[in-house]
Amino acid sequence: MYAKRRRKQFFWCWLFVLPTTLFYAAFQAWPILSSIYYSTLDWSGISSKKTFVGLANFAELLKDQWFWNAFANSFKYMVFSVPPLIIISLLLALIVNEKTLRFRGAFRTLFFLPVITTASIVGIIMQFIWSPTGAINALLDLLGNTRAVNFLGQAATALPTVAFIGVWKDVGIYMIYWLAALQSVPQDVVEAAEIDGANKWQVFRFITLPIILPIGAVITLLAIINSLKVFDIVQTMTGGGPYFATDVMGTFVYRTAYESSVGMPRLGYASAAAMLFGITIIVIGVALNALKNVISKHRVD
Amino acid sequence: MPMKIRRWLGKGILYVVLVIAAFVWMYPFIWMITASFKTQDEFWGSGLNILPQHPTFDNFIRSWNNANFSQYFLNTIIVTVCAVIIVLMCTSAAGYALGRYAFPGKKVLLGVFMASITIPLTFTIIPVYELLNAMHLTNSLLGLIIAECGGSHILFLMLFSSFYSGIPKEMEEAAIVDGCGFFQTYVRIMFPLAKPIIVTVVIMQFIWTWNSFLMPLVLTLSQPNLRTLAVGLYALQGEHVVDWTGIAAGATISVLPVILVFIAMQKHFVNGIAGAVKS
Repeated sequence: MYAKRRRKQFFWCWLFVLPTTLFYAAFQAWPILSSIYYSTLDWSGISSKKTFVGLANFAELLKDQWFWNAFANSFKYMVFSVPPLIIISLLLALIVNEKTLRFRGAFRTLFFLPVITTASIVGIIMQFIWSPTGAINALLDLLGNTRAVNFLGQAATALPTVAFIGVWKDVGIYMIYWLAALQSVPQDVVEAAEIDGANKWQVFRFITLPIILPIGAVITLLAIINSLKVFDIVQTMTGGGPYFATDVMGTFVYRTAYESSVGMPRLGYASAAAMLFGITIIVIGVALNALKNVISKHRVD
Repeated sequence: MPMKIRRWLGKGILYVVLVIAAFVWMYPFIWMITASFKTQDEFWGSGLNILPQHPTFDNFIRSWNNANFSQYFLNTIIVTVCAVIIVLMCTSAAGYALGRYAFPGKKVLLGVFMASITIPLTFTIIPVYELLNAMHLTNSLLGLIIAECGGSHILFLMLFSSFYSGIPKEMEEAAIVDGCGFFQTYVRIMFPLAKPIIVTVVIMQFIWTWNSFLMPLVLTLSQPNLRTLAVGLYALQGEHVVDWTGIAAGATISVLPVILVFIAMQKHFVNGIAGAVKS
């Protein structure tokens, strides 16, 4: 009787997790396994003609200067975007977390607006605002710089500008993550310190920071991984141009797999590039996570 | 007294900085909304001057009727609503089983779900397209809906499972005494209790699906009438004569629902994520 009820319960449990598991298998697990297979093919994706080429795609990638260009740009984007993203979002979170601040909800919503705005809209608006005749140049003009800068149109400024706009777009969600981390700071300890005469900086340095640091490490790791995966905002603002100056891995893979402007699309080659970069991201993620654990263990000792 | 003045001054500076930051954050949206009320001539000749001199509704009418925006809008609503419902059903049920019961295979399943955090979604798009193609789903919105539901939703699973595991046992014992089975206990008692988590999941999935770009871009490459707003807006830029004020009007139309949904549920959302990070 009891065993029968238990078996019935197991059945229901599996029935309940089944839909999620199926979605997961079809759209996460299977794609990864099959992209390993695709990466060994010479295949346009349009014709049914698939030729097995072994590791030839990978060998070609290692010699492809545009692959390495996109590879390097992805890391440049990370370097340009992650530090300001983390610092600005933490500052904003600290400010809107102040109980005495008026219109907190309004400020929170405001800083979150770009997060909930489609990348294609951000792309369109920013092309105008940062254009030689746009608002940024008009502002620089007022400040005395009369030579208009084509921020997104010249190689030297395009990637930093895209990264800057990326920070503007994402800062709101990281602010929310920091706000969540700040909820774990015990208010009575902060109040006790304030009564003892600690100023804002001291409270932050000696109470808040040590508490939020472990979560902060996770937030930073997330920011690093997400910056390497960037696609939407680059594709909609520059499409990887001018002359591949902002071509990151995401746009490289998309262009190679689906756009025929560079000749025949090459699904096999694109899969190999995606695999190679995906492995790079996983390695970086695992390495940073290990580093984080070593540091936090060291601190406990 | 000087102490008080210093504090007052500090507050003043903080507010000035915040207001400037707020303006920088808002400016692109103001630009977009005002541009959607401008005529073409005014659009090109305006510079820093952003307020329209002769406000017009033409752009909205034109983009809605001629540029297919009514179709894109409808597609986006269908895809978003379906994806939100399906994801909510799936993750809530799975979270219930994972959070409340021990069953064979549970640990393995959790481990596999967790591993997916490191997997970059951008790079699984090619096989996803091939899979839907093989299932003959690339010619309909159904394929896009299924693909949008296909993430691992690890955050939602964690939110639901930690919520359900915290509900006292008496609740379901009472239900069992009343003659409810596994399914009825879940539907009648447990699911309605999870309201705060449901709100968080609905709002996050709504924003994600509404703004999703790469997936609908790839899946509608050869099906322009299936485009969502995000992809439709992007495609309009590539045309020979670009109607920028029309695009601005379209952008305004497509961003408003998300902003309204977010403002309406803002408070629950922040609390929900805070709960997730803590666990």
